[in-house]
Amino acid sequence: MSTDTSSQASSDALIDDETIRRVLDAGLASGADFAELFVEDVSRSGVSLDDGRVENLSSSRDIGAGIRVISGETTGFAHTADLSPDRLVAAAQAAADAANSDGGGTVTVELEKVDSAPAPVEVDPSSIDKATKVGLVRRADEVARAHDDAITQVSARYADNRRRILVANSDGVLATDDQTRTNFAVTAVASGDSGLQTGYESVGLSVGFELFDRYDVDELATNAATRAMTKLDARPAPSGTHTVVIGPGSGGVLFHEACGHGLEADLVGKGASAFAGRVGEQVASPLVTLIDDGTMTGEWGNYAVDDEGQPASSNVLIKDGILVDYMWDGNRARKEGRRSSGNGRRQSYRHLPMVRMTNTYLAPGDQTPEEIIAGVDNGVYVAKLGGGQVNTASGDFVFGMTEAYLIEDGQITAPLREGQLIGNGPKVLQQIDAVGNDFEMGPPGTCGKDGQGVPVGDGVPTLRVTELTIGGTAA
Amino acid sequence: MIDPDQLLGVASGLVEQAESNEQIEVACGHGVSTSVRVYGGEVESFTNAESHGVGIRVIRDGREGFASAGTLDSAVLAQTLADARDNATYAEPDPEAGIAEPDGVEAVEIDHWHDDVITMSPQDKIDIAVELERQVLAGDDRISGVRVSSYGDSASGFALASSAGIRASSRGTSASTSVQALADDGDRTQTGGAYDGARRPRDLDVGWVADRAVSRAVDLIGASKPTSRKVSLVLDPHLAATVVGLISGTLTGDRIIKKRSPFVDRVGETIATPALTVIDDPTDPESFGADSFDGEGLACRPNPLIVDGKLTGYLYDAYHGRRAGSGSTGSAVRGTRGLPGPGIQALSVAAGDGGSLDELIAGVDEGVLVFSLAGLHSGVNAVSGDFSVGVEGRRIVDGQLAEPIGECTVGSTLQRLLLDVTAVGSDRTHLPNGVSTPSLVVGDVMLSGAST
Repeated sequence: MSTDTSSQASSDALIDDETIRRVLDAGLASGADFAELFVEDVSRSGVSLDDGRVENLSSSRDIGAGIRVISGETTGFAHTADLSPDRLVAAAQAAADAANSDGGGTVTVELEKVDSAPAPVEVDPSSIDKATKVGLVRRADEVARAHDDAITQVSARYADNRRRILVANSDGVLATDDQTRTNFAVTAVASGDSGLQTGYESVGLSVGFELFDRYDVDELATNAATRAMTKLDARPAPSGTHTVVIGPGSGGVLFHEACGHGLEADLVGKGASAFAGRVGEQVASPLVTLIDDGTMTGEWGNYAVDDEGQPASSNVLIKDGILVDYMWDGNRARKEGRRSSGNGRRQSYRHLPMVRMTNTYLAPGDQTPEEIIAGVDNGVYVAKLGGGQVNTASGDFVFGMTEAYLIEDGQITAPLREGQLIGNGPKVLQQIDAVGNDFEMGPPGTCGKDGQGVPVGDGVPTLRVTELTIGGTAA
Repeated sequence: MIDPDQLLGVASGLVEQAESNEQIEVACGHGVSTSVRVYGGEVESFTNAESHGVGIRVIRDGREGFASAGTLDSAVLAQTLADARDNATYAEPDPEAGIAEPDGVEAVEIDHWHDDVITMSPQDKIDIAVELERQVLAGDDRISGVRVSSYGDSASGFALASSAGIRASSRGTSASTSVQALADDGDRTQTGGAYDGARRPRDLDVGWVADRAVSRAVDLIGASKPTSRKVSLVLDPHLAATVVGLISGTLTGDRIIKKRSPFVDRVGETIATPALTVIDDPTDPESFGADSFDGEGLACRPNPLIVDGKLTGYLYDAYHGRRAGSGSTGSAVRGTRGLPGPGIQALSVAAGDGGSLDELIAGVDEGVLVFSLAGLHSGVNAVSGDFSVGVEGRRIVDGQLAEPIGECTVGSTLQRLLLDVTAVGSDRTHLPNGVSTPSLVVGDVMLSGAST
């Protein structure tokens, strides 16, 4: 496989400095406190296979700019797909009008380039022949189907995207980033006496086509097929409260939902978080150290600078059970007179930034996974979690278990059908009584908040919760 | 400013570049929207947005390629067409691949355009969200705050042209307002969300939204985890729409052809209680999902899915209809950014004889009046039918509303839910999400909370 970084290094500037100044001046002309220009250029390509057929090759290109003007408590926002200087200035005026600023005067903005290096990409996905990408999804289909005659349907999807951004604002920030992400997913359907069951496997990293140096498509397809087959023999999950052991990797979604969202400063500021006003308090078991880290090289939720031009950073949220800090974007940080933690993100130039997680993970502890499972007489082992949802105000959260087993007398036994787990974040954090010495990052995720989706990662070691409610159908 | 004819001109111009051995279909969209968020009586953000989009599908030698872009700039349009053609060369040939062929069905005229969305002043739009927040805060002493009060509207145009001779265009407006109320009982904060949508701002019922958000939040104060037991769920039209929508989503032709639905090969069988009749009917002008044309430019038509409990059919776009041998049911849904696929447009559940929501509650011995369902994307498997979702609401004991409950789930399967509908209300309502349905009661559902 060839290595090519030249096409990224030589890319043109998204917009020139003179235009940036004109736009910011227009945003500030009527006396606003803050103006920001966000420019984005995203290209995507994807190949999907379903029903034994490569059914869709797609590509898309999206270029545009969003202009934000803040006056007092009010944010005005306008966006345009037309990057001509006149259209950008008009959008800046529209944003300033929407911010309802009055007054006037001119402000000269001195732009200072934020020192940040985009993540290196070894193999630019756009340099790879489409036929090679097609070959990957075909291979996944063959391998999953060959796994067992009971595998009756397979879908596979390859996707890559490159996102270049530029952020400039009236505080003098000028920052750029160039983000490449590549991902691959396989779903297998197994058919048996109990009906249809599904198995899913996905991987994704902030890297180029070298993703496939790290992951073997055959293994991914086999994993998906095996999960579907296992569930053909699954029994209904129990209902009621049980001790639950969560396996390494995808269990990170538990923390994402149980407390991650509740530690976002915008929700905290509005009293819509069960963790408001609790910095310095013991909010979790002393075994819990939770970190949000946008600088984990190659991980799905990574970036060099956030969508407000702040460098990504590693932020300890909970240390040995004590709440250390929330996550911040520029807007919330300004209100509190502190620095952003580099968590200001947006789905696209059409959206306003807000506080978002990056890669959220639980630091490993010192017990072996075997010890943790052996300590359970009667419970549930969740090997793979799906998505979840939280009500940050009450702290109640749910997440789906897509691969789970009973634990009987310290042993993992019968597979269980899918079900939801439900808990209350502040309570569950206190009920973690074991954290393993293993650790994995989970599959790539898309986190939704107020209608915006952004890529996030999470990870955990094996951990045990003394009491979670399992939404099964068995009494 | 929204000009469907102009969009159709752009789409037709691209289609005319089709070579003799290829099919081209072009979808163009143009929209303007306003979004206001209010907090503490002040505008938190005000967004003015305009967006364009084009999606081009090319089929050559049975190979399909697609490309899209977020602008109607002519250089980008040319590049997007070239990309779609290039993508097609790598696809697998499929004899059924292709765009929709006109089928002679006459389209129903649907007019969902109101100038008010464009002409209303920004301040009047802001005032809607400010008033909603004010009414929520004044609604009850136990309301501790409002997370966000918002107003949004959009005006959009869409055009579709294809080398099969299809030329379709439409335009429409919509407005919505929503709020999330917070109620604090000292120990725990409860939330109550509500929204309303309409074709124009003046049809929004701000008072109703405020009342619903306040009562939902306040009624949950003191909610506790119930013990696990079998219950009946009482779903008002909003919640019934969610559940019926999930189930009907498994009746789309792609899932059927690819054998990814619990209802494959079951037409003619009884899959639901005889009291249940479900039709997807975008020709009903009263429905918020009404439309003249589907996403491939064919006329929309009523499609019965379940009649008196029997499964009568599935929803198809052109491709899956060809594979099924039945043809399209005019059920293609799409934006400009993706390929069309079969989907629900304007689901309609027939009214029953169960009476009002209060009468349905009075008929339940042990149940839950559902306020909200959580985790629908992670707790519902549309292939196996497994259904397990978080629930908040009020217990029903002997026909009376009892204590609030939370931190619990309800579980069943999609197949069982249909058969377990025990009462269908008479209160059929057209909801802003395009579903029209009465309240429903579903029996024999496992409520999972504290172990007994």
